[in-house]
Order: sequence, then structure tokens, then C-alpha cells
Amino acid sequence: MALLETRGLTARYGDFKALFGIDFAIEAGETVAIIGANGAGKSTFLRAICGLLAAAPESIRFDGAAIGGAAPAEIVRRGIAMAPEGRKLFPSLSVEENLRVGAWSQKTPGYWNLSSVYELFPMLKERRSTPATALSGGQQQMVTIGRALMSNPRLLLCDEISLGLAPIVIRDIYAALPRIRQGGVSLVIVEQDIAQAMAVADRVYCFQEGRVTLSGAPAALSRDAIHEAYFGH
Amino acid sequence: MTAVLDTILQGVLLGGLYALFAAGLALIFGVMRLVNLAHGDLIVLAAYLILLIANTLHLGVILSFIIALPLMFAAGYVLQTGLLNRVIGNDILAPLLTTFGLSIILQNAMLTGFSADSRRLTSDGIETASLPLFNGLAIGVMPLLTFLAAVAVIIALNQLFYRTALGYAFRAVSDDPVTARLMGIDDKQLFGIAMGVALAVCAVAALFLGLRANFDPTIGPGRLIFAFEAVIIGGLGSLWGTLAGGVILGVAQTIGASINPEWQLLAGHLAFLVVLAVAPRGLFPRAVD
Repeated sequence: MALLETRGLTARYGDFKALFGIDFAIEAGETVAIIGANGAGKSTFLRAICGLLAAAPESIRFDGAAIGGAAPAEIVRRGIAMAPEGRKLFPSLSVEENLRVGAWSQKTPGYWNLSSVYELFPMLKERRSTPATALSGGQQQMVTIGRALMSNPRLLLCDEISLGLAPIVIRDIYAALPRIRQGGVSLVIVEQDIAQAMAVADRVYCFQEGRVTLSGAPAALSRDAIHEAYFGH
Repeated sequence: MTAVLDTILQGVLLGGLYALFAAGLALIFGVMRLVNLAHGDLIVLAAYLILLIANTLHLGVILSFIIALPLMFAAGYVLQTGLLNRVIGNDILAPLLTTFGLSIILQNAMLTGFSADSRRLTSDGIETASLPLFNGLAIGVMPLLTFLAAVAVIIALNQLFYRTALGYAFRAVSDDPVTARLMGIDDKQLFGIAMGVALAVCAVAALFLGLRANFDPTIGPGRLIFAFEAVIIGGLGSLWGTLAGGVILGVAQTIGASINPEWQLLAGHLAFLVVLAVAPRGLFPRAVD
């Protein structure tokens, strides 16, 4: 049974329909990348899973339970955490306080805590008392990922974690992903950089205008097929 | 010289009372951007609650206050989760009108329930006790306790906000409620707790309000104005700023009153307007806004 599965998931912003029936699945231990152009519905898909957008209960199943449309707090407690697009750190909180807020719903100690996050991203420890938004973009991204890990999720959703960062910084951030997977976390990565996505993912989904246009293991997908799925005809 | 010193000293201590009025107001605005126009009336309500407990159970005023504290917290939680959570959102007008209506309801309910008679809380002569200093200068025990209570409340709230997980969550929700939800924070429940804490602070303010002076059901809006002025003079950045705002307001009022008793309120309002003209964001504004 898949860890997370969506069946015919639709989502809308008011009158504007953004997702037209997404079928998606990720197994425990997998890393799945979602690629697609701007406006393809990738972020909307993650927001629906997190409970920020309304969804039919049965359209999203996590660990056997229907969670569509549940409150975000409920979904975090079940074990889904999000590193949102644009990092969304709390500006009036220090680095360490941001990380601690991530552990809000964590009642029992798990693998991820302040010391294991600092071990993953050592430079955060040096800057633990700095206001989070005073860090460089790459360091802020590390706080975002660390903050999401603090809830000890079973599934981590990463929305555009390389956006606006220098290639060398992106490499540092992606270098942390294997260690996160070793901790038993499954990953969904939304990424505009196709090469980056193909390099880390077990499977790839391509979205276009709110629909899945292609899916499969990176090795099985031809360049032309991806091109067509990404841009359309 | 002694007279001037005396005036300023009394003003500083009076500022403690205003800081107590203001602390709850600042807390609520800080966490959920809600301007609670019923804040003054809630302080008066807390004073009547203490009085009611003291009279009904034949308890001392301090014991009655200790009983009133959790009751006010519960009232705040219920008020927020049952009513105010339904109106807060992007529109600032709806909560403003709701708390304005609440203010009118509270005043009239208290008028019906407790009559228009002035009441006060009484303790064993502590209200009139004073400590002699030097040169014939003396400070009242009650004003001194009021000021110390204000400092204690501000220290306690600062500890809550900057040293506890609940405090981090308060600040996170204040920064960005949507992202806070992604952290598993139930913002509506948190708002309930914040209002509970604010009304518990109202109970502290009510204790000193009632011990220092008479109160009746109509004085709430006047206390609200003092609270507003203290918050705005101090700036929305820090609770210590709120204490400073209260002190500035208190000193201005006592200086005004020493020149002419009719000028007490006027002098306070003038000081407020001067600060507003010189530093529109208050004296200790928040760096990130």
C-alpha cells in the first residue's frame, strides 16, 4: 500500500480550478519529484495535501486513512511536513526558535531534534540566535527544511527548495537529502530544474495545466517525452 | 524641589497602573491584530467579579483575586473561541464593531447587575498606608505595589513570549498564520489562550484599580483610552515600551494635576499627542513590521 495516494484530486481557488483529477502515489522510502512549468499546479497539489486547500476526504489517503480536507494541524500530526515555497520563515523568531516552532506538534521525542538538525546543517548552529530572515537565502532554506524535519514527519514535501539560489548552494542543500532519507523520511520534491529532479528522484511526475502528463522512473523517460509533457504541443 | 520630585514619583507609580491596563491590550493586538474596544469594560468586569467573590464567599480581596484569575482566563478563552474567532480575518472593521458592541453590552449588564453605585475593593488599611522616604517625601504602599505588579506582569509576559514553546507559537502566528498552521499550530485555539492570558492580566489590573479608587460600570471606556495611549506612546515593539508609555502618561497627568486639578486628563492627552507627532510609531517601535 502506498504511503500517500491521491485519486482524482481536484482543487480550486474560488472559481478558478487549478487541479483536474490528479492520480499520484508515493511508497514509503521513495523520493518522488514533481516537475512542470509555472502554473502547472505543483504547489497547489502540495497545498491541497497539507490541508491548506479544500479537498474531498477520499481523494487523499495517507497511511490508509482518508485525510482530504482535514485541518493542517491534523495532517502534521499524522506525519506530513512541508518546506513551503518562498521559505516562509517567521521573521520575528531566531533560527533556533523557528526550528522549535517546527516541533510544536511533536509530543514524543523522535530522531529529528535540535542537535540532529544542527548536525545536518552545521552552519545553522553558529547562527542559532540570529533572526532567521537575516540569513543568506541558502541558509534560510536549510532552516525551512530543518523546521519541517523537527516534526519528525514520515513524508516531507519540499516546494521549490532550489528557487533563487546559486548552483553551489543548491548542491549543498541537495547533499542533505540522502541523509534525510536515511532517517526513514519519504520525499516529494517539487522542482523546476529537471536535471536536478531526475538526479535525486526514484520516480518523476510531470504536471501540465493541472493534470499529470507523464510519470515514471527517470531512466525510462526519454528527453522528447519529457519535453512534450512539460511544454505541451 | 521636593514637590517636583514628589509629583514625578507619584506619576511614575501611577504609570504602573496604566501599564497594567495596557499590557493585555498590547498582547491581544500583538498576537492577533485585534483591537479590543471592550478591554476597559473587561477590567471593570473583573473588578466586580473580585468584589462579588469577596462578598459572596466572605473572603479577603487577595484570595478573591486568586479565585477570579482562572475564571477570567476561562472567560477570555470562551469569548475568543465562541465569538471573536468568528469575526477576525482580513476585514478589520468586523472585530472592531463586535468589541464595540461587547463594550456596550458589558456596561449595561453591569449597570443592571451591580447598579450605578460607585464601589471599591477594601483591604486591611493597606490602601492608605505609606512609606516615608527623605525630606518629608512619602510614597503610598498601594501605588508602589501597583508599579511592582506591573513590572512583574511584564517580566512574566516576556518570559512567556520569549522562553516558552507557547510564546514561540504566539509570535509565529503573529508573523504568518498560514505557515504557522503548516507547523501544526491551531491558530484559533492559540488566540483563545492569548485572550485568556489577556483577561487574567485584566484581573490583576482590576485588583489595583479597585483598591486604589472607586469604580462603577461606566468607567471602562476611560480606562481603555489610557491603555491605548500607553500602548501607542510605548510603540508596539515591546512590553517594556508599554510600561514606559504608561509612566510617561502618568507623569504627564500628575504634572498637569499639580498645576491645576482640571488639567490632569488634558495633560495626559497632550503628552500623547506630542509623542504621536514626534514619533508616530511610538518610542520603542518593532524593528520588523
